Amino acid sequence: MSQSPQLLEPRLLAAKSGSWRPKPKISNASLRWGLNAAVLVYLVLLYFSVDINWSRVAQGMDRGLAFMGSFLTPDFISRGGEIAIGLRESLTMTFAATVIGILLAIPVGLGAARNIAPTPVYFFCRAIIALSRTFQEIIIAILFVAMFGFGPLAGVVTLAFATIGFMAKLLAEDIEDAQRDPMEAVRATGASWLQWINYAVQPQVMPRLIGLSLYRLDINFRESAVIGIVGAGGIGATLNTSINRYDYDTSAAVLLVIIGIVLMSEYLSGYVRKWTA
Amino acid sequence: MLKLKGLTKRYATGDLALNNIDLEVPSGQVLALIGPSGAGKSTLIRCVNRLVEPTSGTIELDSKDISNARGGRLRQARRQIGMIFQNYALVERLSVMENVLSGRLAYVGFWRSYFRKFPESDIKQAFELLERVGLETMLDKRGDALSGGQKQRVGIARALMQNPKLLLVDEPTASLDPKTSRQIMRLICELCQEQNLATIINIHDVALAQQFVHRVVGLRAGEIVYDGAPDGLSPEILTTIYGEEDWSVDKRDDEEETSKPKEQDVEAALLGGHP
Amino acid sequence: MPIKIVNDTPIWQRREPLQQRLIWFGYFLALMLFLLCWKIISDNTIWEFLSDAHIQAASLIGRMIPPDWSITGSLLLPLWDTLNIATVGTALGVLIAFPLAFLAARNTSPHPSLRAFALAIIVSSRSINALIWAILLVTIVGPGLLAGMIAIALRSIGFVGKLLYEAIEEIHPTPVEAVSSTGAGRMQVLAYSVLPQIMPAFAGITVYRWDINIRESTVLGLVGAGGIGLQMNAAINNLAWGQVATVFVLIFATVIFSEWVSAKVRHAVI
Repeated sequence: MSQSPQLLEPRLLAAKSGSWRPKPKISNASLRWGLNAAVLVYLVLLYFSVDINWSRVAQGMDRGLAFMGSFLTPDFISRGGEIAIGLRESLTMTFAATVIGILLAIPVGLGAARNIAPTPVYFFCRAIIALSRTFQEIIIAILFVAMFGFGPLAGVVTLAFATIGFMAKLLAEDIEDAQRDPMEAVRATGASWLQWINYAVQPQVMPRLIGLSLYRLDINFRESAVIGIVGAGGIGATLNTSINRYDYDTSAAVLLVIIGIVLMSEYLSGYVRKWTA
Repeated sequence: MLKLKGLTKRYATGDLALNNIDLEVPSGQVLALIGPSGAGKSTLIRCVNRLVEPTSGTIELDSKDISNARGGRLRQARRQIGMIFQNYALVERLSVMENVLSGRLAYVGFWRSYFRKFPESDIKQAFELLERVGLETMLDKRGDALSGGQKQRVGIARALMQNPKLLLVDEPTASLDPKTSRQIMRLICELCQEQNLATIINIHDVALAQQFVHRVVGLRAGEIVYDGAPDGLSPEILTTIYGEEDWSVDKRDDEEETSKPKEQDVEAALLGGHP
Repeated sequence: MPIKIVNDTPIWQRREPLQQRLIWFGYFLALMLFLLCWKIISDNTIWEFLSDAHIQAASLIGRMIPPDWSITGSLLLPLWDTLNIATVGTALGVLIAFPLAFLAARNTSPHPSLRAFALAIIVSSRSINALIWAILLVTIVGPGLLAGMIAIALRSIGFVGKLLYEAIEEIHPTPVEAVSSTGAGRMQVLAYSVLPQIMPAFAGITVYRWDINIRESTVLGLVGAGGIGLQMNAAINNLAWGQVATVFVLIFATVIFSEWVSAKVRHAVI
């Protein structure tokens, strides 16, 4: 209806005589050509600026094949002790950091929900979230290792810090989406602030909070394998050492352990979510 | 044109949806398939083009057995069978023209269809069909921008784009208002006449069917219980198809409705609850 | 609602006593587990180092402010590399994830064994962080951009593959039935009935992953896989915290920019 007959007519006539092409997805012609040109320019720049040492790549192919082959012959035994210690450290870091992170994320999340927090508190909590979310865990780990020294404590603090940003943001969004009526009704009974949170907000956000906590537990485990690289403890250190020694059979074993645990936690969280829903 | 012999379908759940159906539909005949929900109407027409795999029996199209066709031969057979759906089944994010042209997919190769390079004759035919169903000005509209009746018209054009010999129509009017329903039924029946198609229409609305079709087949619990002219549907026959009901048109069943709540009240009172 | 009679007075309780005890027991177990974890961590920590942590932190921050802007110019090329790692890596990952998603989705998978295979690839890729792939790839193809691109691609396969196959499983089945009934071939059915339905989700997922990949590729240089992380690593090793701060500011700006682009594009396709 919005199209004027003059614009429509040529296409109709063409179709009648047997020629028809679908309309372009972007109707504005200059925007369309502009985007195409931009992509082309980018590709050209990419071609000239990316410098890859192909002979080095060719040299590495044997090693690549060796690595892939080692997935068929993973070696859990010869460095079994190191794997076990690394795994134990990763798991303890993961659990401790998730608990601490969630406990701290709850007040931050409450403060970052626009509908229940006063404005200054809101901005303060949002700033914490932005800071925690912008930087990769590994960067934060470097800073905390510099402060606390090598070891799992830096790892726990890193993961807890990252957990705060993740959980608080999602919790705040959840609270902002909560139904208003029950919140007003409980407030109208003369309940105190804590009672109000407990009776009107908590029941609405609890199931999702549990689901997200399990998800974050999973993420924290995966991240714990990374932050070991910069000295923050866990299975990442074991993995890093084995790769640097070109001991791919052990690396494959560690990777398979990580994949197995992630898979297990995915199944578990599926069950728990069904159970709490 | 179409010949079903001993067609039987038993679902994995053990339900017998079709029991030994024999049916023959000549070219140019519009046949209405009526029956209660769950009688097997949908299963029957989906068995014909093998969207549902029959358990036993044969399907002959143009005296060729297609009941065991696979791959290319099955697609060849499906190409000759147009189908129209209750929920229109348009691809909503494609334009009207693309939806209609998708009826030609079995005639063009993958890459031609992927780049929308259909032969000139196909585009001409698509445009003529759109003119026939009155939607030629809408050819660039997206499927989700149309009303229910318009979507069904596009669905009809898509089915006819296949140049089918047989048309399967599944509850074409179930989601439409009475006036649009009549228009759609008239359109389908006219087009079938023009192109001399054998047609099977699943339909709930017996009165609407009687008005437009040549032949009615009544299905109950997977078996044919009536096969004859539309005006042969007496109240007794409708009872065998659908079960006990007052089939006279002018009598209202107000009495029944008012008496029901009263019974419940009495029951509630006897149980000691409040009325 | 369980109601208990104590001295002829009904007392309302929120839960059945047994259920309540189980919940308390669950909390107790979690607390014990947490304390155990804490003990293990504490045993592996040299607490003496912590006594001066606040001094360390203060001096760290003190040396970061003001950032050393003089190196900004030399950071622009590494930043461009980072952008390329993320973009090419995303493109490669999406290219592989796209067919994989069709193999993994219940309604389009040609065979259950292929489905299991595709799901195994997706979960393996998802479990392992891009940085770990990067460490591996640096030993295989040598340090540089290529290792970073492949690392990003390998991590993206699982993410894009999972979200995409979930989107494929959620499509309306009737258009698929309709296009099949025209006698169209298998690929034509996918192209005409499945593809149009998943296209918006696909575009959204791709841009979302690109946004994440920008963040991830900023740190790949730490292990030698190219990009601005190389400069960050060098600055950290030299304890030049002023330069580190400059890198942080640039990363922050890039992340904000990529978030803005991704929000714009997602808004446009939906």
